[in-house]
Formats: sequence, C-alpha cells, structure tokens
Amino acid sequence: MRLSFSASDPGLRRQIIGLALLAALLLVALPLGLDAFRLNLFGKYLCFAFVAIGLVLCWGMGGILSLGQGVFFGLGGYAMAMYLKLEASTPEATKIQSTPGIPDFMDWNQLKALPLWWEPFHSLPFTLIAIIALPVAFAFIIGTAMFRRRVGGVYFAIITQAIAAIATILIIGQQGYTGGVNGITDLRTLHGWDIRPDSARVTLYFVCAGLLLLAAVLALFVQRSKLGRILIAMRDQEDRVRFSGYDVAAFKTFVFCLGAVFASVGGAMFTLQVGFMSPTIVGIVPSIEMVIFCAVGGRLSVIGAVYGALLVNLARTSFSESFPELWLFGLGALFIAVVMAFPSGLAGVWVERIEPLLARLLRRKTTTPADPNAPEAPEPAPLTRDAAGRRPGAATLNALSTNPLPATPMTDAAARAAL
Amino acid sequence: MFEEPSHFILTVEGLTVSFDGFKAVDGLNLYIAPNECRVIIGPNGAGKTTVLDLICGRTKATGGSVRFRDMELLKMREDQIVHAGVGRKFQTPSVYEDLTVFENLEISYPKGHGVFGALAFRRDAAVRDRIRDIAEQIFLDDSLEKKAGLLSHGQKQWLEIGMLLIQDPQLLMLDEPVAGMSVAERRKTAELLNRIIQDRSVIVIEHDMSFVEDIATRVTVLHQGKLLSEGSLAHVKADPRVAEVYLGH
Repeated sequence: MRLSFSASDPGLRRQIIGLALLAALLLVALPLGLDAFRLNLFGKYLCFAFVAIGLVLCWGMGGILSLGQGVFFGLGGYAMAMYLKLEASTPEATKIQSTPGIPDFMDWNQLKALPLWWEPFHSLPFTLIAIIALPVAFAFIIGTAMFRRRVGGVYFAIITQAIAAIATILIIGQQGYTGGVNGITDLRTLHGWDIRPDSARVTLYFVCAGLLLLAAVLALFVQRSKLGRILIAMRDQEDRVRFSGYDVAAFKTFVFCLGAVFASVGGAMFTLQVGFMSPTIVGIVPSIEMVIFCAVGGRLSVIGAVYGALLVNLARTSFSESFPELWLFGLGALFIAVVMAFPSGLAGVWVERIEPLLARLLRRKTTTPADPNAPEAPEPAPLTRDAAGRRPGAATLNALSTNPLPATPMTDAAARAAL
Repeated sequence: MFEEPSHFILTVEGLTVSFDGFKAVDGLNLYIAPNECRVIIGPNGAGKTTVLDLICGRTKATGGSVRFRDMELLKMREDQIVHAGVGRKFQTPSVYEDLTVFENLEISYPKGHGVFGALAFRRDAAVRDRIRDIAEQIFLDDSLEKKAGLLSHGQKQWLEIGMLLIQDPQLLMLDEPVAGMSVAERRKTAELLNRIIQDRSVIVIEHDMSFVEDIATRVTVLHQGKLLSEGSLAHVKADPRVAEVYLGH
C-alpha cells in the first residue's frame, strides 16, 4: 500500500532518484575517480553542504534568512577541535611547555591551567553530544528571543550577521582560550586513531558523505511532512498560519535549530578532515558564502543545495588558485546572476530545462524503433506531465522550485551584503 | 439587557485600544448570543476591523475585556484563541498561493498543530474525506489539486472561508467576505454563508446592504470607535444618527 503510494507520487520518485544519484556520486564515483588528496578536498566541500541543506529548510522553505550559519558551523567545529586538541596535548607531547598538559596556545598565552569549561571536552561522548546540543541550545535562545518578538526578514538576517561578527571578535580576542586568529591547530588523533594519514582521510570522507546523505534524508522527510508545507505557508502568509491555530514562533525556532544542528555537524566533520578550526570559517563572509551555496544549488531543493555547495567550492578552489584577489568578486557576481536569472538555482534549471529534454530524448529513443515514421509530435514529456498532475500535498522539489522568489527583499539584502 | 451576560458566547466590555493617543476603539460593549449573526457596519475608519483584530489577538487591547465562553481572550496568544474556537477571515484573501487547495485546507485541519504533531501528521482517510466535504461546500471540489495562486479572487475568498470551516469554530469572524466579488459569486457566497452560520455565532463586517439584509440577525453600527446604534437592520436604518454618519452618504 505504502509502495503503491510511493510509485504514484512523482515528487517522491524524483527525490528517491535524486538521492540515489547523489549517493552513487558521493560513495562510488568520487572515491573511485579521485586520489586521497582530492577526495579530502571534496570531503571539505561536503561539510558546507550540511549548512546548505539546513538553509534550504530555514531560508528556502521557511523564509528565515540566517547570515550567521558560520556560528553554528563553528560551534560544532570548535567542539570537535577542543576534544582533538586535548587529546593531542598529552603531558609527554607538551613537555617542553612551561605548563605541560595544556594546549600549546594556552601555554603561549601564559595560561597556567586548563580553563574549567574546557574540561568536559576530554570526553568523546560529551563532545559528540555537545556538537548536537550546543547549536540547539544557542539557536533556541536566539530563535525564541527573535521570533517571539516577531523579528523577521531583513532584521533577523542583520542580527544573525551581527552575531557572526561578535563570535569572530570573541574568538580572536580570547586568544588564550580559543587559539585566537590562528584557531586550534595541530590536531592528531580521534580517540587514539590518527586522523592525518591518507587512509584515515578516506575513511573520514565516507563518514562525512554518509552523514550528509542521512541529513539529506532527514531534510527531505521534514520537507515532505506537513511541517514542510506549514513552513511554506508561513513564508507566504504568516498571519493566516497564526490564525489557523499555529504557534508560528515555535515552528520557526524548530527549523532554525534544525539548520543549526546540520551546520554544527558539518563543522565537526570539517575539523576532522581539515585538521584545524579557525575563526575565518565562523565570520560574516563564510556565513554569506554558505547562503550562496544554497542559492546556487536551489534554495528549495535539498539535493540541489548539496550540488551547489560542491560546485561553488570546486570553483573557488580552481579559481582562487589562479586569481585569488578576484574570487570574492566572482562569487558576488555569481550570486547576483543566480538570483536574477535562475531564482531556483541549479535544481530549477534541472527540473525546468534538463529533465524535459532528457524525457524527450528518452521518448524518441523508445518510439523510434517501434514506429520509425512516427512524427515527432511535441508531446509533453512524461516527467513534466507528472509534475503538473502531482498528488495534492506532495511538496515536491519541482513544483516548488518553479515558483518565483517570494523573498526578494531578503535576497537583495544578501546580495548587497555579499558585495 | 434581557439576558444574563453569561448566556452570551462573546462578551466584550469596555474594549479600548489607542494608537499613540488616538483611540481607534473606545469603550466598546458587544454581546453576541449563540447562533447569532451580527453584522458590524460603519463608515471608513470606524474601527470595525480593529474590533476583530482585538478579539482574535492580532492587536493588543489597551483596556477592557473580551470573554469568549469562560475565557478571557485578551490574555491569550493568537493560536490559543483559535484553539478556543474563534476563527477569523481577513479582508484581503489570505491563502497560501504556493500550495494546492487541498494543502491549504489541510493546514487548517484541526490536528497536528504542534511542531512534532506536524512532523508526524498523516493524511489519512478521515482527513481526506473532511477536506473533500469542505471543498464541496465552498464550490472548489474540482480544484483540489490546483495551486491556490491560480484561483480567482472570489474563489480565494471561498477557500479562506473553507479553511475556517474545517476548524469548525464556534465564533466565526468575517471581514468583508463579498468584497470584490462578481454578482454571481456574491449570490453564491450569501448562500454559502447562510448555510455555514447555522450552527455557530458569526460576526461579519460588510458594506453591501442587500447582503446585510440577507444574513443579519442584529446590526451594530460603529462610528469613531464607539457604538453608535444597535438592533435589527430596520431599527438601525431608522436611527437618525446612523443616517447622518453613514447611510446618508
């Protein structure tokens, strides 16, 4: 029964195919086609895809533009980095310090003992829980404070941006506790397992890709649930939702917390794969870049957002190797171009252009041998027809991504900020 | 008053709201009986919409009380007021244009209104049947899979009325439900409203006098935030003060 429902639901079918293709790319094609160094780079890009998925739910569906996702990325990243740093700072390894047994940067800053709030990060279970719980708690506080007071739209975006700025300043200022502008570096082992050799990096890549697919499944579940439809309803007619008996602030807080958890897990995986964490990944510019990943991929498409993060980061790596000073301009131009020309991002281009084209090609291929004289009737492609006749309530990728941008003022703000 | 106040489903007393010193609603008393259809009329700026906003919690009152059954609405959050049984239709049709008619109605279905309830919500047979039933009542049973943004203005108004009906509120507040409708749509809407006001109390703001005549049990005339006249339509029409501020124009 469930199966027959699935088969008749084109939105679900598209999402399952999309997910399978993504899994094939991440788990088979990339590992086979790339050496350990390049694979590790892609692993790093995937960390940002976590953030982009969270932004699809928050921003694309819920209309909550957060320009401070870097803060949550940093929370997870720093929590993981603190654990790894403590493990690397054994008394034997740090015996040349004036206070052995504490992280090196604390010693350089004349700290004589480990700060109390660092202590719990000796424990791996605590660290793993903190990677989930810290962003939830922080996002819950921000969300409750903002959404209960009906702060939204551009104002919310500006406040989150300010929080990202504050977080960077705090981290850089408190050098003795956070490693300052250099961040937390020289990380070695995770619970005794060396994370630096190529074999470990490949393993970490697979862990990262697996977690990302899990996050995508979770996000798709939310998107397809009634909660997903309420998010869209809230974005377009907040008052109507409120006067249909919903506590709008609770829904916004929930999705903001969920986005924060995704970002935090991405941050933790970033630390593991890159081997350090620094404030340069927490601040305003990286936070805005994360929004751009999401916009390029398609802000209503979970799977599109993953491709957005991959492609923009790939472009950054190749582009900034040759023209480092031009990269930010290029990124800003890309963002504006996407917003102006393809408001639904890559996912929109796929659904509106490529899929009908593929369907037409497939159709021609299957009909030609049977009836070579058949006229090339411009029949509607099967997928497009599915999309039009979709079941009520299936919050599908395609149907949503064909809509015009409802939140242009916010995207404008982001565009300006990006420049 | 002929009856005890507790007999009324809605008791509004001394309701006042001031915006920067301007009293949009000033010491208003309003008593709505069960199954009554009350029409509020008055010239522009009389405070009609503000009264509805105050009752449903959209605007916070400066003073007075609004009691619905045994609950003081002024102390409750908007969504709690909805769950208490008060439904509100806005003046401009407020539907979710990116969602289908079915999905629009589904969101108003009184189940799964918490965050986790919404995640776990399943579209079972009871939900489908109820949505089909409501869609038939609001003349949209053929458009269930259509995006609400593609509906005509009148259909959007019906959809919003349907979204309220599915909540089955005991008090329904409608702000200009026939505004901007064609004659045919207007007739159908009057018929629809006449049907749905049977088992509940309704407060309607409307300018169209023939429509008011059609549905009103009693009429309240507001002027500059205050109650000017109240009674049957004939009584109100005969009131010279009403003629002066409103009907004469």
